Amino acid sequence: MSISSILIIARLTLREAVRRKLLWALVGLTFLIFGLTWWGFSRIADVSPVSGPVEMLAVSQILVMLAFMFSFVLAMTAVFAASPAIGPEIENGLLLAMLARPIRRSEVLLGRWLGLGSVLVVYALVAGYLELGAVDLATGYLPDQPMMAPPYLAAESLVLLTLALLFSTRITSVAGGAMAVVGYGLAWMAGVLEGVGQAFNSDVLRIAGNLARLILPSDILWRGCAGALTPNREVLTGGGVANVDLYRFSPFSGSAPSPEWLAWCLVWIVGVLALASWLLRRREI
Amino acid sequence: MAAQAPAATGLAIETHELRKEFGRIVAVDALTMTVPRGEVFGFLGPNGAGKTTSVKLLLGLSAPTSGSASVLGAPLGDVAARRRIGYLPELFRYQGWMTAREVLGLHCELARLPKSDWAREIDDALDLVGLTDRAGDRTATFSKGMQQRPGLGVALLGRPELVVLDEPTSALDPVGRQDVRHILAALRDRGTAVFLNSHLLTEVERVCDRVAIVDRGRVVAQLTMSELTRERGVSVRVTGLADAADGIDGRFGRVSVEVEWLHAEGIAEAAVPGLVAALVALGGEIHAVVPTRQTLEQRFMSLLGVAQDPEDGEEPPGSPGSAGSPGSAGAAGGARP
Repeated sequence: MSISSILIIARLTLREAVRRKLLWALVGLTFLIFGLTWWGFSRIADVSPVSGPVEMLAVSQILVMLAFMFSFVLAMTAVFAASPAIGPEIENGLLLAMLARPIRRSEVLLGRWLGLGSVLVVYALVAGYLELGAVDLATGYLPDQPMMAPPYLAAESLVLLTLALLFSTRITSVAGGAMAVVGYGLAWMAGVLEGVGQAFNSDVLRIAGNLARLILPSDILWRGCAGALTPNREVLTGGGVANVDLYRFSPFSGSAPSPEWLAWCLVWIVGVLALASWLLRRREI
Repeated sequence: MAAQAPAATGLAIETHELRKEFGRIVAVDALTMTVPRGEVFGFLGPNGAGKTTSVKLLLGLSAPTSGSASVLGAPLGDVAARRRIGYLPELFRYQGWMTAREVLGLHCELARLPKSDWAREIDDALDLVGLTDRAGDRTATFSKGMQQRPGLGVALLGRPELVVLDEPTSALDPVGRQDVRHILAALRDRGTAVFLNSHLLTEVERVCDRVAIVDRGRVVAQLTMSELTRERGVSVRVTGLADAADGIDGRFGRVSVEVEWLHAEGIAEAAVPGLVAALVALGGEIHAVVPTRQTLEQRFMSLLGVAQDPEDGEEPPGSPGSAGSPGSAGAAGGARP
């Protein structure tokens, strides 16, 4: 495995993102969201200053919903950027001349992952912190662990990027993209079921939810983000949430994943990349 | 690092019983051939003969089901050996958002050429393929024929020891084809082996030193161009004789007569004046003496066991079924552009 070969493809991917306007579209969206977030939360603050627990609870809920929308945008960006990254380039001949050079298929795959992953991570972090800043600026509200939310979103996008790249080695971009999107939706639903299982002490739902998270751990990371944005107990109870523990199983709530789950996310990404590399190596071109 | 020009000795490619199956389909079946260094080697065959699959096997883009092979002395798929190989795919396509210069720059990087050489390599390649004026244009704006040019330039970067060209002239106009012939001649002159996969027989005939004819994944003949087209003869238009063949003996090859044309197949070149003198001595009047030979196309068709349409054979006037084409001897023996 040659690091320099991986970096050549990663740089090529970044250049393509710039030249094909993907990066500029993301930068434009970031500023648009920042502006809209600041404007929207400023209007809320104008109506009622965010000082009491009810107002803080309202702001926190809108913030979590905003983060969920941002998580969805990141997931779609990851899927649609990765789905045409390998297979279609083999089919249209673009990779033929490149693979005849001293470069391995696995290096092309990892270079693609690194290039697209860099775009997603930088976008998630910059846009995420800007949004949190906009909310703080407009309302003075910040959740308890604001710094942790964007990294969880960035990690979630890397999981979906990895999944879409796996599909891209063997399946057409349309089918692979659709499968990755469905996988993302099912993983989120599985997280909801797991939460319901926790709330109502259903072992079946808990096991099914955790099994789904093992297969695709994107929801674990979303729950980490939601947990970092979830208001503290005082805000919740002051805002009228009677059962705080039950609230924490809402699809728009969560808690920081355990170190074991975080380790599994890492193992999952490495394992799926290894599988994708093996599939690509065995593919006839 | 740029590859050094190789000595024109040894083998660029050697394959032994190379086989490739796709499920139940056998694309390449027992491919055995040798390609010397420093020669232009034509790889010919009908559609579906397994030519492009063979090229992919040689470049390590596809793994053989069985058999063995070496390219530039290294086993198939050897990553380091690919530094010394240039390749133009049949399905050529490059990043449309890049300019021609950027595409070449990317391949300089991929080929691990020293950065200090990039500018010179790129300029030389652009000049060689006639793209200097369009170096800054995005390749997406190029016509199909024009797109083949940066592809050819990419294949020539870094002075490779072996250049593999898969249908390099398929999209080119006659001027472009002539340019490619000149490039191939220049490559041979500097000792580069060229593996030319093509079904354009006239192109192959004009540039190749040696050819392998492949059918259904097997090499059915591997010969030098002069061996392939060596079946020579002469056609003489003669009048004033009741039977021109009467009195002409076996010194002049296999003789046949059709209307005013006497054909002598397999005649030695030195015996042609003697044949003319003999006909004159018999009272004949000579109007034309036309050398003939078997064209590559005729040999190709006969090796593949395909009956040739008489109209395609460029037969001499009044002589259907004769040995070959008069007036084409100038191209015999792999005449150079």
